[in-house]
Amino acid sequence: MSKKITIEPVTRVEGHGKVTVHMDDNNNVIQTRLHIVEFRGFERFIQGRPYWEAPVLVQRLCGICPVSHHLAAAKAMDVIVGAGTGDGLTPVAEKMRRLMHYGQIFQSHVLHFFHLVSPDLLFGINADPAIRNIIGVAMEHKELAVQGVMMRKFGQEIIKATAGKKIHGTGAIPGGINKNLSIEERDHFLKGEDPLNVDKMIEWSLGAIEFFKNYQSENSELIDNMAAFPSNHLSLVRKDGAMDLYHGVIRAVDANGKKILHDVDPQDYLDYIGEEVKSWTYMKFPFLIEYGKEKGWYRVGPLARLNTIDFIPSPLAQKEFETYKSYTKGKPNNMSMHTHWARLIEVLHAAEMMKVLLNDSDLQKNNLETKGNKVYEGVGMLEAPRGTLFHHYRINDQDLIEMANLIVSTTNNNTPMNKAVEMVAKEQMNGHAIITEPMMNAVEVAIRAYDPCLSCATHALGKMPLEISLYNKNNQLIDRKRK
Amino acid sequence: MADIINFTIDGKECMAEKGIFILQAAKENDIYIPSLCNYEGVKPQGSCRICSIKTNGQFVTACTTPVADGMEIENNTDEINDMRKSIIELLFVEGNHFCPACEMSGDCELQALAYRFQMMVPRFIYQFPLREIDARHPKILKDQNRCIRCKRCIRTIKDEKGRSVFAFYGRGKNIEVNVDPVLGSKLTDKLAAKAIEVCPVGSILPREKGFRTPIGQRKFDHEPIGSEYKH
Repeated sequence: MSKKITIEPVTRVEGHGKVTVHMDDNNNVIQTRLHIVEFRGFERFIQGRPYWEAPVLVQRLCGICPVSHHLAAAKAMDVIVGAGTGDGLTPVAEKMRRLMHYGQIFQSHVLHFFHLVSPDLLFGINADPAIRNIIGVAMEHKELAVQGVMMRKFGQEIIKATAGKKIHGTGAIPGGINKNLSIEERDHFLKGEDPLNVDKMIEWSLGAIEFFKNYQSENSELIDNMAAFPSNHLSLVRKDGAMDLYHGVIRAVDANGKKILHDVDPQDYLDYIGEEVKSWTYMKFPFLIEYGKEKGWYRVGPLARLNTIDFIPSPLAQKEFETYKSYTKGKPNNMSMHTHWARLIEVLHAAEMMKVLLNDSDLQKNNLETKGNKVYEGVGMLEAPRGTLFHHYRINDQDLIEMANLIVSTTNNNTPMNKAVEMVAKEQMNGHAIITEPMMNAVEVAIRAYDPCLSCATHALGKMPLEISLYNKNNQLIDRKRK
Repeated sequence: MADIINFTIDGKECMAEKGIFILQAAKENDIYIPSLCNYEGVKPQGSCRICSIKTNGQFVTACTTPVADGMEIENNTDEINDMRKSIIELLFVEGNHFCPACEMSGDCELQALAYRFQMMVPRFIYQFPLREIDARHPKILKDQNRCIRCKRCIRTIKDEKGRSVFAFYGRGKNIEVNVDPVLGSKLTDKLAAKAIEVCPVGSILPREKGFRTPIGQRKFDHEPIGSEYKH
């Protein structure tokens, strides 16, 4: 008799999802699905609102990386007000936004690694869940926990200085920014009392990478093999191939590193990206049109970015990037758990970029805004912590939004996450009739590698619980576990 | 020389010129009475009732009631403050006031009053009325979701012949404040700016200017509304 297992809720990720696993009479996995069971619909209720409200309104779809949505919407509005795409802003406006964005990348990645993932690494996937959490980390590895908390605080303080608030600020406006950075604010970050200064952040970022590299070398079987599968990879890159998380052209490579999307303009994304809807989830499935729904799906996020770029334009992160690339002999890295490694290299890059920007006197200039000839449609793209973000808006002649299309990072990773869940479910559950806690957590660990924000992906609200249900081939519930 | 009279507010001895309204008299004695529909320099109408106080056991509006000699006024009491809070709650549930995305957040008098009176969850049911933005005017937007019908704009924004540029349209719960199509077409930049200024909420908005004031520099970012008064 076949069975269906449901993992619900999925924990230590953002949002609410569940996993279903269908098994045959011999307890072998025949199908898995990651369901996103919430719905919000920002694309609909932004309609009819003035265009300048979008950067402030749509960021509310997330509390972890609102800056990414704030800036992506602002970039789309830059196009609409005629300020151009990326290089049309004044230096202070562009650099304030970049500082805000790197603060966001830094704090979000730190939150993900230290708060959500480190319990799995420090205590093991099979550990008692009562210990395997951030409180357990604080009790057993105080120094690491303190670093995580303080690094996140630094990133949040950068956001507050640039956007006015740590969460849901108002810094970016169409065509610019509403404030510059005062000397006092700058010195707070450059010369702040230990540990809250940018040099300490760089030092701790290097330490986190070392921690992960050591862990990987001691646990390479787990880190290299868990949910490893070939895929396409997509991200923005700077025109010269450098990592640029704020602005660039769209590039995709296949599992062997061959370019399959050749540095195209974000304004033309609809010519290259399609979205498929499936009845069992609120999250859509993006794909490269040229390669179709079956072969055109791709990964985004830290792993994908380090596969698409040619180099990182900050020295310490570049050095780590070279070490990282040498592990796969220069080929694309398709190992899902290596996303954590890539993420930490980006943490270091963000810290280095914050230091460069803080030392730039352009941040104290007063020319905050620029405008040109208005157009009625614009696309804003950037690399959010979890991956590529598409914001597309069209307005009418009364300045009201009449269409919005958002493809968020986690949506881009929909197919890869489903693949990862399937692989881990087969590995962990094949031949087993009873679901155990470690089995459930192994599935969650694979999902967590993608740092999904399920609430963003459907623009939904809520926590992220996980349930696994076991069904037979007649769709009768055999077993269900919740956490 | 004007007659000076004596009265008390919450037991505090006060003096004021005979005949002025209680709201003004309180202000001159450094006592805060909240107000919303009232706008300095414009004839008061007492429509929002936020400034209600109690004298001789009766509720009256401080903006339209003249102060009298020997008057004993109750202002800052639990009963009156709860009544004021309930009015604020009614205004919130009657419209669509989504502060998180409103460009007047931090500068909005209704929001500031809600903070001052510690409104949490309104005791009334949200109505979620279907209202829209009137974006036809080239200089201003009229967001009907946020209008509290205080008539500040109707009473203040007038052309050179004294005719109101804004006017009520419709009846009952469907009443709206709209821009007069004829007079509105001649709205000067100065009057448009004044209309935006007199609106206590985010209902009359400038075009393409939202969110220019950084958080931390908005009117009520640091002190609650009424903090300039000693009492």
